[in-house]
Amino acid sequence: MAFRPEHELHKRRFSRNLGLGLTLAAFVALVFALTVVKVKRGDPMQGYDNMIQPEAAQPELDE
Amino acid sequence: MTDIGAYHTTTTPHEAGFGDYVQLLKPRVMSLVVFTALVGLLVAPVSLHPVEAFAAILFIALGAGASGALNMWWDADIDAVMTRTARRPVPAGKIQAGEALALGLALSGISVVMLALATNLVAAALLAFTIFFYAVVYSMWLKRSTPQNIVIGGAAGAFPPMIGWVSATGSVSVEAALMFALIFMWTPPHFWALALFMKGDYHTAKVPMLTVTHGRKATRVHILVYTLLLVPVAIGAALTSIGGPLTLAVTVALNLWFVIGAFRIWRRDEVVAEADRYAVEKAVFRFSLFYLFLHFAAYLAEGALKSIGFGGW
Repeated sequence: MAFRPEHELHKRRFSRNLGLGLTLAAFVALVFALTVVKVKRGDPMQGYDNMIQPEAAQPELDE
Repeated sequence: MTDIGAYHTTTTPHEAGFGDYVQLLKPRVMSLVVFTALVGLLVAPVSLHPVEAFAAILFIALGAGASGALNMWWDADIDAVMTRTARRPVPAGKIQAGEALALGLALSGISVVMLALATNLVAAALLAFTIFFYAVVYSMWLKRSTPQNIVIGGAAGAFPPMIGWVSATGSVSVEAALMFALIFMWTPPHFWALALFMKGDYHTAKVPMLTVTHGRKATRVHILVYTLLLVPVAIGAALTSIGGPLTLAVTVALNLWFVIGAFRIWRRDEVVAEADRYAVEKAVFRFSLFYLFLHFAAYLAEGALKSIGFGGW
């Protein structure tokens, strides 16, 4: 048995807190999913700096 | 001495629940934004990963919601005296105006930054401009100062399909511009038809609607003129890469119907309209909602047909 009966406003506050909590959880999940998608595609990324990358070389100027 | 228990239970008579904050984002307007932005994104020649597409639509909708909250913050005094808007959270006393402002600004920032991260900077810049246009240019400036408020302010509602398209392609094209123009030209006759039969509201709020400043006959003429100007835009869109035979057929039928409706509004005077309680005006207003929805549904259907080898030009 609760010490005090729950006030109606606590229900409203609970709805607000629950809504905000779920919204934030969904936001975190979406940012995570976006990160996974972007990282997996990786088109714009340059890696393997220890290897020769001809496309990254500066064009030589004609003498 | 402060009674902490009492502090925690002190509240306004209508302390807001989560749903009241959702109402602040104008969910009905948001649904139209989601639909048109989704069509803009799906009919674009470049396809996004489903997660990116979902994020793009979500943040475009959130940006629209943010501008809705800013609009409710600024227009609380007008909303309070109009029966259509008196039950909105701010005039109803459920949410304080300052909270609406804070929520609007926070969501504006989040939506623009997240759209930039999810898609590209051009789409994010367009979204930022849309929020600015709706909140500042329309709500703060035009709405209370000119009867052309609806015409220019309609641009804010016209941006979502363009932002959807740009989210996918990274640039604006003629198709995106025509989808923008379709909503832009559709907004005035749609709202003026509403203003004709909701006449008391705008008058009470002293909003310079065309019906108040130029009279009802002039409004009827304006509805007809804008509807006629809308036709070439709609046909033009159907002739681009997002259109095809199906879209053209739907476009011709819808525009014929809309022009006939606008013509009937133009022919009537107030005595006739009062007699049947604005039946024609109400019918045209309802039809105008279907008009826009069916145009975008046609672009979507044409795109689906194209993907299976039919449709398109």
